[in-house]
Amino acid sequence: MDARSPTAWPTAIFDALTGLEVHQVAYVPDAGHRELIERCQGAEATGALACVPLTTEEEGIALLAGAWLGGQRGVLLMQSSGLGNCVNMLSLTRTCRFPLLMVITMRGQWGEFNPWQIPMGQATEPVLRLTESLVFHLDDPEQAGETVASAGRMAFEGNTAAAVLISQRMIGVKTFEE
Amino acid sequence: MTLDPTRSESYPLMRRQVVADLLAERGETLVVSGLGAPSWDVTAAGEDARCFPLWGAMGGAVMVGLGLALAQPARRVLVITGDGELLMGLGSLAVVAAKQPTNLAIAVLDNERYGETGMQATHTAGATDLAATARGLGIAQAETVAEETELAAAKARLLAAPGPLLIDIKVRAEDLPLVLPPKDGVALKMRFRRALLGTD
Repeated sequence: MDARSPTAWPTAIFDALTGLEVHQVAYVPDAGHRELIERCQGAEATGALACVPLTTEEEGIALLAGAWLGGQRGVLLMQSSGLGNCVNMLSLTRTCRFPLLMVITMRGQWGEFNPWQIPMGQATEPVLRLTESLVFHLDDPEQAGETVASAGRMAFEGNTAAAVLISQRMIGVKTFEE
Repeated sequence: MTLDPTRSESYPLMRRQVVADLLAERGETLVVSGLGAPSWDVTAAGEDARCFPLWGAMGGAVMVGLGLALAQPARRVLVITGDGELLMGLGSLAVVAAKQPTNLAIAVLDNERYGETGMQATHTAGATDLAATARGLGIAQAETVAEETELAAAKARLLAAPGPLLIDIKVRAEDLPLVLPPKDGVALKMRFRRALLGTD
């Protein structure tokens, strides 16, 4: 399969999540995550996993701590602005050493048309470093699956937070004309 | 109506007794308690590895309970939290409503105060009604209990009725001795997982 085709990299991430035995998928929607969320919703219909739509991103941090207490792995899908909502809740992850896999679509990073996205987009990696989360950059769609698999393995085997940052250049720059 | 910080001083229900009675009949129920007094209340009722008491993560108790309930659909999950903690995470009630977990119950010990910071009034000391809020956010079974005569039925629902459900229990504002659970988050996580799953 051509990883550069429009649907290939979300499928590669979905397959990586399946390989990681992720059973809870928490998300605040993002245009960059649209296809992946749809794949997960399709899997929920077969009973393979649970999709949990959040009202704000920090809910997902707490949800996935509870999932781990109950013996399940999960993933949190969000855009970079959402990480700013998570900062105090990440103390739960850090203090209890819960595994936490985050897949974050970047805004305010490359050709951004909305200036309101720039502050948190530029602060995303520093915030992750300050909260002692592992950071994985994903710029090449052909590496989507292995990057998420690698981050997930280190999160779940290492009892730590790990974030995959999907570059805005890879997703495609959004405009209101699209 | 603005906030009345004296109203809850005369409520008849006492939180430690409510929690002790509730947990005495817990059976195999898994418990998540919210920052802060609810965690001291569940500890006063007796240490139990199948309780995960939060020392922080304010606003997160219901979501920890939801993640646990989804992971363990055959087990009852009871979240015991306070009015201040829940007010910081009201959106989580909408998330619960979106999933409708039948094994999840939420007990709110509502003393209309922020207990850990000097007993300042919360919004429930005014017009804010947490049971009505829960119903509006999609948890149809949500009610307020304030009298001793209502407690036995409320406890039975919290422990066994099909969820999701929320009971806002109006309790007296009182200064109580701290009864603290272990503080180390890793230890709390590991003891819970060992008790439930038999693994770290």
